[in-house]
Amino acid sequence: MSAEDLHPREREGVVNPEVRVADDESARGQDGRRLDHAEGTSKPIKAPPVREPQPRGAKIRGDRPIDQGEAAERFLAAPLHAAAHDERLWDLRKKRDAVAHGIPEWEELRELASQIKTHTLAHLDQYLEQFEAAAKANGVHVHWARDGAEHNRIVLGILRDHGAKTIVKSKSMLTEECGFRHFMAGEGIEIVETDLGERIQQLDDEEPSHIVAPAVHKTRLDVAEVFARTLGTDPDNDDAHYLAESQRETTRPHILQAEAGMTGCNFAVAETGTVVTCTNEGNADLSGNVPKLQIHSIGIEKLIPRVEHLGVFIRLLSRSALGSPITQYTSHFRKPRTGTEMHYVLVDNGRAARLGMEEFWTSLKCIRCGACMNTCPVYRRSGGLSYGATYAGPIGLIIDPTFNKRKYSTLPFSSTMNGSCTNVCPVKINIHEQIFAWRKVLAEEHHIPMLKQGMMKAAGAVLSRPAAYRAAIGAADSALKVLPRFAVYNPLNTWGRKREMPEAPRQSFHAWYKQNRMKDGGQ
Amino acid sequence: MSAREAIFSAIRKNRPAGDFPLPEVPMFAPLVGDDLVAEFGERLKRMGGRVAEPGTDDAFAGVRERLAAAKIVASAVPELEGNLDLRAVARPQEVNDVDVAVVRAVFGIAETGSVLFTQDELIVNAVAYLAQHLVVLLDPADILPNVQAAYRRPEFGEAAYAVLHTGPSATADIEGVLIHGAQGVRSLTVVLLPRAKP
Repeated sequence: MSAEDLHPREREGVVNPEVRVADDESARGQDGRRLDHAEGTSKPIKAPPVREPQPRGAKIRGDRPIDQGEAAERFLAAPLHAAAHDERLWDLRKKRDAVAHGIPEWEELRELASQIKTHTLAHLDQYLEQFEAAAKANGVHVHWARDGAEHNRIVLGILRDHGAKTIVKSKSMLTEECGFRHFMAGEGIEIVETDLGERIQQLDDEEPSHIVAPAVHKTRLDVAEVFARTLGTDPDNDDAHYLAESQRETTRPHILQAEAGMTGCNFAVAETGTVVTCTNEGNADLSGNVPKLQIHSIGIEKLIPRVEHLGVFIRLLSRSALGSPITQYTSHFRKPRTGTEMHYVLVDNGRAARLGMEEFWTSLKCIRCGACMNTCPVYRRSGGLSYGATYAGPIGLIIDPTFNKRKYSTLPFSSTMNGSCTNVCPVKINIHEQIFAWRKVLAEEHHIPMLKQGMMKAAGAVLSRPAAYRAAIGAADSALKVLPRFAVYNPLNTWGRKREMPEAPRQSFHAWYKQNRMKDGGQ
Repeated sequence: MSAREAIFSAIRKNRPAGDFPLPEVPMFAPLVGDDLVAEFGERLKRMGGRVAEPGTDDAFAGVRERLAAAKIVASAVPELEGNLDLRAVARPQEVNDVDVAVVRAVFGIAETGSVLFTQDELIVNAVAYLAQHLVVLLDPADILPNVQAAYRRPEFGEAAYAVLHTGPSATADIEGVLIHGAQGVRSLTVVLLPRAKP
């Protein structure tokens, strides 16, 4: 299936006409050509200046299963938001394709990245020991946290030891996982997010909706509203430059005064004890280089063996995420600056357990690029917040249930099974196969609603034979060609009802099943 | 059981069995042509950076205007005298008012238009982010073909802090509108100036 097929609407230009200040230095390069590096769009995508209330995310009711369809319904009921979101992410996907096709060894790089990650995960204890020893030799304090709560307590302890009450922080999905901001708010610690998108989300008291572009579901009018309410900006000025500059001006004092700086970690290099962060704004470097105390939160799956392996991952990460050859900043923190303290908090939070899940452990290869989200027709048309989980989109469908099987039991059904996520994954995680495997697990364990259970029963024969399913998937470009209709359309999947699916199955499931059963001798 | 022991014990119990060898990473042919300087400049411009050829009389001709407009220039290079002594800076916060910082890159990468700094080049790491504009001196002879070649350099294993800058600080978190100077420098200009002969 070609990339265009996934997005059936004719793309006759942009959603809205260009509204841009004429002397915008950022938009044009030195030679006058239009720039689209970082997460910049290849062409202007602007929602028209009509106020449409921002659709909010899934309703969270304790452990009760998330109703993604309900939230998706509300997202689609806001047509300007839905169209701008879809357009923006599809643009990122197209930029990704363009740069990937420019590299002859792209597929080889993906295979190498996958193998390096698989190897590291299979020897994770050794590489963690090596990383810890190197970090300690570099003068870094190393801490271990079994779960999010322990991570938060450890960081609080470090802050208390220094009498620190203020933190500037760069974006970290791990700290989102840990509920870090909420915890620290209760402890009287002030946290300021320094990534623009993440800051917007913090000020609006919302979770990030996308791994790489946290506020991608918001229009500039939404941002203008949030900033007017929280930063005191002009509510009628929705110019992105004005808004970004206001954020810069109001964040800078926090950066200068913060007693501690925190970052996440993109890669942790075992041989050198280095933490690598990739940002476009340089905010991780500010967090790491300005305050006297720096703390890096690291998921234990972030390990890679050697520096030379960065030559594989750095080449893949930003190209997959944004279609940019590299992020503006690729930062390598190894030792504390003179007179400062540096801490690593290595966090498990379910990762070691996931390592033992035969069908799902390779999801730990994920380098959090977001390519699977950008390409996913469900994600693009429902918004990240509709998933009601830290990780949205295809990667979320296979990670979230490991955190809470009941609460996220419905998420693996939020997929058309088109396999596009698997095709773009830079570390070759078989995402759509794992989505299918989760459906089976959840069906067996009765974690799925009655209606879906009924549908599962009808397809029990195929579901109980992952090998047959995998063979079918392997033989076709798109699982849509072979999947039973229920797996693609079902009454709860709002996104499936409202849009024309690419290539609906031409054969009924029963016809397909019969044919295939006959082929393999009716086993 | 300590958290560390618990985590290691769980990993050892759950570690996937099987042979998962670490692959050899081959040296891929560079994506760029032989003219590394031109390739570097082209990629840097695509990433929002600027390139200035040194003038015959004045190495800094291409950035004179920017320097002239600056009240505070922090120079970490012998080729240019600033008015803020980075070596005398006690706290990183002191460089917040710097208008233009001038630093030399260890090397450049043609594949991406990136330049590398370590704490030795920056003197005060924060100046590369708190300054409004960054001027980078790069010896054309120090341009490597690709990212892979860069990661074979010793700096990454030796430096306390090593950072690749590719153009200026950028964001497009609001509707994809590209904006330079998100949190860090608003512009990055590379002056292709050979290192002074020792």
